[in-house]
Amino acid sequence: MISVKDLSKRYARNTAVDHISFEVEKGQIVGFLGPNGAGKTTTMRVLTCFLPPSSGTATVAGFDVLEAPLEVKKRIGYLPEAPPLYLEMRTAEYLTFVGRLKGLSGAELRHRVDTVCDRCAAGDVKNKLLGKLSKGYRQRVGLAQAIIHNPEVLILDEPTAGLDPKQINETRDLIKGLAGDHTIILSTHILPEVAQTCEKVIIINKGKLVATDSVNNLQRRARGAELVLVEVAGRNGAVDSAKVRERLEKVAGVGRVAFKEKKPSGDTFEVESLKEKFVRGDLARAVVEAGWNLNELRTEAVSLEEIFLQLTGDQAAATPGAEASPSKETS
Amino acid sequence: MTNVWVICRKELRSYFASPIAYAVMALFALIFGLVFFSATREFVNMGFRSQMMGGSPPMNVNEYIIRPLLGFAGTVTLFLVPLISMRLIAEEKRNGTIELLLTSPIQDFSIILGKWLGAMFLYLFVLGMSMLNIAFLFAWGKPDWKPVLVAYLGLLLQGGCLLAIGTLISAMTSNQIIAGGAAFFVSLALYMLSWFTEYDSTTALRVLNYVSIVPHMENFSKGVLDLKDSVFYVSFIFLALFLTARQMESLRWRS
Repeated sequence: MISVKDLSKRYARNTAVDHISFEVEKGQIVGFLGPNGAGKTTTMRVLTCFLPPSSGTATVAGFDVLEAPLEVKKRIGYLPEAPPLYLEMRTAEYLTFVGRLKGLSGAELRHRVDTVCDRCAAGDVKNKLLGKLSKGYRQRVGLAQAIIHNPEVLILDEPTAGLDPKQINETRDLIKGLAGDHTIILSTHILPEVAQTCEKVIIINKGKLVATDSVNNLQRRARGAELVLVEVAGRNGAVDSAKVRERLEKVAGVGRVAFKEKKPSGDTFEVESLKEKFVRGDLARAVVEAGWNLNELRTEAVSLEEIFLQLTGDQAAATPGAEASPSKETS
Repeated sequence: MTNVWVICRKELRSYFASPIAYAVMALFALIFGLVFFSATREFVNMGFRSQMMGGSPPMNVNEYIIRPLLGFAGTVTLFLVPLISMRLIAEEKRNGTIELLLTSPIQDFSIILGKWLGAMFLYLFVLGMSMLNIAFLFAWGKPDWKPVLVAYLGLLLQGGCLLAIGTLISAMTSNQIIAGGAAFFVSLALYMLSWFTEYDSTTALRVLNYVSIVPHMENFSKGVLDLKDSVFYVSFIFLALFLTARQMESLRWRS
């Protein structure tokens, strides 16, 4: 449905998006994940034909954003980060205006206005001025405006930003409810949101694509593996860290061992287990049996946050964590 | 074309939902009313005086009231038009609603044309305020209506030019105050251009004089409908709106 190839967007002084490529299948909900300033909004603006790409191509439903922008725009519903509301208009009036912009008219337009109001739970503010609405309702009206022409593709830029937890839940349910008929890309920097709503995740950082993977794969990693911190010291102080590492790697069920830091008290290693394996007991025995002191042994939860930080952190390339980046999906 | 109309209606509605429309109309009605009052009083006094001296009154309402009045109205619109045009695009940029317009399946030029038309309708309403005063002259006197009509057409065209420039300037900034101020200065410059170039005959100055939008008003205010001036105004409007479209385009590429 959406295909982005080698897309770059350069501004005068910086590169916002740097050669990213991904595909989105029809009917998928895709989470676009990245820290602030990663290039999420820029990518979305290119997809909605608001900004032209500097190089590379982006097509929506087979239409190129540069060559057939009107065709692309017809098929896209877009909710920018700040809902584009005319504060002096009333809800129904605004939705009617947007509907006309998107080419609807007459009875169909009236019907769609009612439908999207119901769907986005904005029916009770239909005759209120948009300027008087609360943040939550503004967001709903923003979402209603994005789906008014029943577009094939929905692009939502941080749809839950600035909402309270209850509203966030409602918005998520709403988006999930839309999934059947629409292909959805939503951007966020909140991880649980992705886990709860999306099927696939595209992680970008500093304009570069870091990973594309299904949420299930990412979560399997998060649930299945154990991350253990081990501090080892020799009986009389120093210890050969290469040897320790070698020994730890031999423990059954250990997937990866990384040297973390050298402290006066001993050397710290980060040990990641294979999926569904628990290795703490064996690690302890291995260290002690080798004649070293086991100073510390504790688990660290591998959460989506962890993976995300590993992937997008500044030292992403330097830390061993980056080696274990999720398998790249080509679909 | 329906898109142009959709945008135009929305603009007009926005004007009347905010105090701008009422403020501009009231301001114009007040100023025009005062000048109308003094012009009519002067005219009546002049009539009395010439009657007392035994002569016949030089009673030409068109020549003595309507023409100077509408000429003055043209000058007033120089100041009022920036108030109308300043929000056109700058406000959309500031509020982020420009994203909605530019991601909707409409051509940029339809958006610009729709906005300009919306502003034109408001301008028409503003001019309409003066028609109330002129209507008095028709009720109590017998002015010739044709030159009045031509003068109004001229005012409309001149306002259209100023609004088109205002639209262009409004597309260049997201700050309404700057858009308004700059539009005002450009209008003023175009107005004053004719003062310095009127009596000169070098080619450069003649060109400048031609570009100044005010001299083209002269024939209209005399009641002469000249194709040359009409063409000038219409092409001026289209040039400015075309440049606005280019400006929007360049914004996309640069931003």
